[in-house]
Amino acid sequence: MSAVSDAPEPRVLVVLPAWNESESLPGVLAEIREHLPGVGVLVVDDGSHDGTAAVARSLGVDVLELPFNLGVGGAMRAGFRYALEQGYPMVVQVDADGQHDPRDVPRIVERLAHSDVVIGARFAGTGSYEARGPRRWAMNVLAGVLSRVASTRLTDTTSGFRGAGPRAVELFARHYPAEYLGDTVESLVLASRNGLRIEQIGVSMRERSAGRPSQSPLKASVYLARACLALVISLVRRRERITPQEATVV
Amino acid sequence: MSGHLFALVGALVTLAFMFELLRRRRLREKYAGLWIVVALVVLVAAVFPGLTEWLSELVGITTPINLVFFLGLLSLLVVCVQLSAELGEIEHENQTLAEQAALLRLRVERLEAAVAPDGPGEDATAGPDA
Repeated sequence: MSAVSDAPEPRVLVVLPAWNESESLPGVLAEIREHLPGVGVLVVDDGSHDGTAAVARSLGVDVLELPFNLGVGGAMRAGFRYALEQGYPMVVQVDADGQHDPRDVPRIVERLAHSDVVIGARFAGTGSYEARGPRRWAMNVLAGVLSRVASTRLTDTTSGFRGAGPRAVELFARHYPAEYLGDTVESLVLASRNGLRIEQIGVSMRERSAGRPSQSPLKASVYLARACLALVISLVRRRERITPQEATVV
Repeated sequence: MSGHLFALVGALVTLAFMFELLRRRRLREKYAGLWIVVALVVLVAAVFPGLTEWLSELVGITTPINLVFFLGLLSLLVVCVQLSAELGEIEHENQTLAEQAALLRLRVERLEAAVAPDGPGEDATAGPDA
């Protein structure tokens, strides 16, 4: 087909969902290039207005440019579809804002030999990430329930730093939940319901390299309510099982 | 009696309006269906006033008009829920289309880059003379 490079196909695809991250993206991509020479990199521009796609393209990585904002879930599903189409068995999601340290990626990939989904957890001993108030409570409730659902100890279920193995990529390419918090909470329910093994490893979380986090007590409370609703709905939702043929795309 | 006449005329106008919208293809059958049913129910109730009274007595509502209000609100609720469900489905389809458009766009970009004579250059403007 397109015999452009004769280098061996990289087996890990790093997907960076990016929404207006043109400032932080160059730094993150440089770090990925430095620390992860062998991986494929895909930026999913989630309907940005600040030229994120152009920045990524000028840096020579593949860009999926969504015509409008779909949210992290939609961006990641596009990324999983791309991975499936291009034959990447493993996908690692890394946020484009620089909070995730690319040096943790090899550890996640290593664990994908044993589990289908590996979460880079912020509260597992490494690093000093702190959340307070309602947001913290919500995280605890979610962690408690999802630990039971996945029958393994999970402490940070809303972390966006995670890896997916072949079975998870296939499942997520078709069914990655795109609704609010679906990309984190519901995707874990979906994965464990389909018999995938989930585990977490501790990672350190850094400050955003650019831009500003959006947090306030009101937002945190809304977050709490929506997170619980998302969890309850995903738990009572009818099961969706997939067969391999169903997951083929285009 | 004039109240019933009013309801009768209202129902007939609604029916005619729905029919006209359907005829001009401004409204799809699956949405018009329910409104036609509503208009027909109002029509029947207007022609046979005793029916409403009998029915409200049957379900234990003292004032028949309250039954009319209740049924009216109920049908509005049903329509709203139906529209929400349709909207959700359309959102889902929309999302899939957006993803596929992005995937195809990347593919086209790659093909263009492979076809372009001077390799991986950034000449998006070098099109027409090719």
